[in-house]
Amino acid sequence: MSRNSTRIELRTSPHVVKGLSVERIMFNVVLALLPIALFSVWQYGLSALALLLTATATCLLTERLFNHWAGAGSTLSDWSAAITGLLLALTLPPSFPVWMTVVAGFVAIALGKAMFGGIGHNVFNPALVGRAFVQAAFPVSISTWAPAYATHRFTEFIPTTWTTPLMTPPNIGPWAKQALDGFTGATPLARWKFEHVATAPHDLLTGAATASAGETSALLILLCGAYLAVRGFMNWRIPVAVLGSAALLAVLFQIWNPVRFPSPEFVLLSGGLMLGAVFMATDMATSPVTPKGIWIFGGLIGVITVVIRYFGGLTEGVMYAILIGNALVPMIDQHTQPKVFGAQGRNKA
Amino acid sequence: MNILPFFRRKSFARGVHPAGNKSTAGMPIRRMPFAPRMTLPLAQHIGKPAVPIVSVGQEVIRGQLIAKADGFMSVPLHAPVDGVVEAIELRPSARGPWTESIVIRTYEASTQEVRWAEPRDMDALTPEGIIKAVQESGMVGLGGAAFPSHVKLTVPKDRQIHTLMVNGCECEPYLTCDHRMMVELTDDMLTGIRYAMRAVGAPKAVIGIEDNKPDAVEAIRRKLPADGSITVEAVETKYPQGAEKMLIKSALGLEVPAGGLPSQIGVVVNNVGTLAMLGRLLPAGQGLTERVVTVTGPGIARPGDYWVPIGTPMRHVLQWAGAKDVTEREIILGGPMMGQAVASLDVPVTKGVSGILVFDRRDIEAESNRKSYACIKCGECVNACPMGLNPSMLGMLAAGREYDLMGSNYHLGDCFECGCCTYVCPSHIPLVQQFRVAKGILRERAVA
Repeated sequence: MSRNSTRIELRTSPHVVKGLSVERIMFNVVLALLPIALFSVWQYGLSALALLLTATATCLLTERLFNHWAGAGSTLSDWSAAITGLLLALTLPPSFPVWMTVVAGFVAIALGKAMFGGIGHNVFNPALVGRAFVQAAFPVSISTWAPAYATHRFTEFIPTTWTTPLMTPPNIGPWAKQALDGFTGATPLARWKFEHVATAPHDLLTGAATASAGETSALLILLCGAYLAVRGFMNWRIPVAVLGSAALLAVLFQIWNPVRFPSPEFVLLSGGLMLGAVFMATDMATSPVTPKGIWIFGGLIGVITVVIRYFGGLTEGVMYAILIGNALVPMIDQHTQPKVFGAQGRNKA
Repeated sequence: MNILPFFRRKSFARGVHPAGNKSTAGMPIRRMPFAPRMTLPLAQHIGKPAVPIVSVGQEVIRGQLIAKADGFMSVPLHAPVDGVVEAIELRPSARGPWTESIVIRTYEASTQEVRWAEPRDMDALTPEGIIKAVQESGMVGLGGAAFPSHVKLTVPKDRQIHTLMVNGCECEPYLTCDHRMMVELTDDMLTGIRYAMRAVGAPKAVIGIEDNKPDAVEAIRRKLPADGSITVEAVETKYPQGAEKMLIKSALGLEVPAGGLPSQIGVVVNNVGTLAMLGRLLPAGQGLTERVVTVTGPGIARPGDYWVPIGTPMRHVLQWAGAKDVTEREIILGGPMMGQAVASLDVPVTKGVSGILVFDRRDIEAESNRKSYACIKCGECVNACPMGLNPSMLGMLAAGREYDLMGSNYHLGDCFECGCCTYVCPSHIPLVQQFRVAKGILRERAVA
C-alpha cells in the first residue's frame, strides 16, 4: 500500500447512483421514434424523408445557434433537440413544403425552448409550439394531404415539397388523383366531421389512412411507446390517462347519441391522439411531477381533445389539448403535492 | 405501487432498489488482529463526550473503564486492548475536525483477554437497572447512528410501549455485518431482545428482516421462544427499509407522526447488532470494546466481516483487508447511500462504524464524468422519496436560496437525508446535498 501516492477522494453521500441520465432517456426516445419515422418514409417516400431530415436538421441547427448566442457549450448531445425535430416532422402533412418546415423547426426551438432557458425550463412542448405556429401561418398547406403508397413515391417528390419560399404551393389534387385512384384528400377525422363517414378501425391501426407523417399507424406508435414504458423512460400513466379519458367520454357520447357520435375505437385510433398521448403529452419537462397530477393532466388532455373534435371548428384537437395541458402543469403540480409520511399525526411545532 | 396483490410484500411506499453488492453475506465473521496503536475519540456517540479517568503513562487492561459518561446523554469508554495510555490529545476524526482522543499503545505480548468485568444477575434487575447496565456498557446504536442505547430504551413516563421493533433490515448496499450477527450470534440477539423488552415494558418484539436474507430469517425462526412473544417479519428488500419510520410502517403497518418519535405510537426500535452485543455484554458485565465491521468494496482484496477493536485506525483495517494499491480511492464509513467519506487513514473505527467501503479510481471517475442538467421534471425523485416530499420542487427552491419556503411549505424538516432523490436523478442534481445545506442554514436561522 503506497500511502503517499494515493489520493483520497472526498464526497458526500450518496456514493452510488442509479445511472439514469438525461442523455440516456432522450436517446431512447429518439430510438423509439425511429421506427415510426421509417414507416412514414415507407408510406410517403422521398417527401417524408425530406420532411424528417429538414425538421431535425433545423431543430439541431437552431439549438446550436442559441447555444452560441448564449455563450454556452453545445447541448446537442442531450438528444432533446433531435426529439423535437422528429416529433415536429411526424405531426406535419407529408406534402408540407420544405421551407415551411424550416420555419416550423426554427420556431419550435427558438420560441418553444431556447427563450425559456433550454431543456427543462420550457413550459410548452417545443414541437407543438412549432406546429401551432405553422398551423396559423400556413393554414392551407397544413391541411393539404397527400396519398400514402403513391406509385412513384421513391422516385419523385410530392409537387409541394420544393415550393419556392414565400410562394403559394401548387394544387396537388391532379397529381394525387393520378398517383392513387380514388384519393379524396381528406383525413378520417375530416371525413367523419364533414361527410359523416367513419373509417374502418383496421385501416387506422395499420396505416392505410390519410394523415400526418407519423400519425398513421396507431399500432406502431403503441409498440414504440411500450418499449419506452417498459425500459422506464416514459411514464405510462400519461398515455393511459389520455386514452382512457378520451375513450370514456366517447363511450358516454355514443350512448347518448349513437348516430351523431363515432365509436370509441375511431376516436382513439384516428388523427394524432395516439402520437400525442404516447410521445407528446409524456414530455417530462412539460408534464406534472406529482403522481396525482399526472392522472389529472392526462385526463384533461383526453377530454379537451374529444370536446374540440366533436364541437370545435377544427377536425383535430390533440395539439391544442396538450398545449392547454402544458399551460396548466404548474397549477396542477401546486395542488397535487404528495402527502407527507405521517402527516395526519404531525406534531405542531 | 404494486399492481398485483400476489406480489405484495410487507413494505413502505416509494424508495429505491440499489444493487445489493453483498458479496460478504456468506462469509463467517473473522477476527482482525490488534493494531499497534488505538485511538479512542471521547465523542463517539451523539450527546456529551465522555470524561477521561486515566492519565498519560497509565497502564490499562482490556475492558477497563477509561472514560466515564458525562451525564445521562453520554456513554463511557472502555480500553480495547491491554496497553499503556500514550497521549490524550486532538486526533483526526471522521467528521473532519480533530477531536480529543485517548491514544493507547498496545502491549504486543499480551494475550488480550478481557479481564475487566463484573458479571451480573440479569434476572434480578428492574427496568431501571437494565437501562443503567446498558449505559455502563457504553452501548450506542451500532447501525450507524451512534445514539446512546440507554437513552433510546428510556421511555417517557406517559407512554406505553406495545412493541419492540428489532431492526435487521440492513438496507444499505454492501453491508452485511447485521446479517452475519443475526446468523452467528442468534442466541445473544434473542437474549438482548428480552432485556430490551423488559427495559421498555414491551409485551412483544418483532424482528424485521429484508427478504434478501432468508438464512437469517430461518436461523432466528428456529430459536424463537414458544410463547410467541418474539416474531420475525420478512419485509421487502428496498432502500431505505432500515429507516425507523419505514420499518415500522412495513412490519407493523403503523405510521409515526411527521416530526414525532416511534414511542408516540408505542414502539421502540433497536438495531439487531446492538441487541446482540447487549445480550453478550450485559450478563458478563463487560463494556463495548469491539464490534463487527463489514470491510468491502471494489478497492478491497479480502472483503469480509471482521471483529474490529474500537479505536483501530483505518490504515490498519485497510492493510489487513488488503486495500488494492491504487492512485486514487474513496473510503466510506457506513454504507454507500448514507455513509461518510473520510479524509485521513488515521481516522479510527468508532462505535458507530458499521462498514468500511473502499471505491477505487474507476468508480470515482464514473462519478466525476456525470454532467449536470436543469431539472427536467421527470418525477423520479417524487416517486423515490420515502417521506412523500417533492425533491424536484425543493431542489428548485434550494437553487433560488428560498430556504425558508422549503421549510415552511415543502416540509424540508421531514427529510432524513436518505439520498434516494440524488440516487435516481437523471439530471444529476445534488438534491440531498442541497437539502443538507438548507437544513443547516435553517437551523442557524432558528438559533439566531
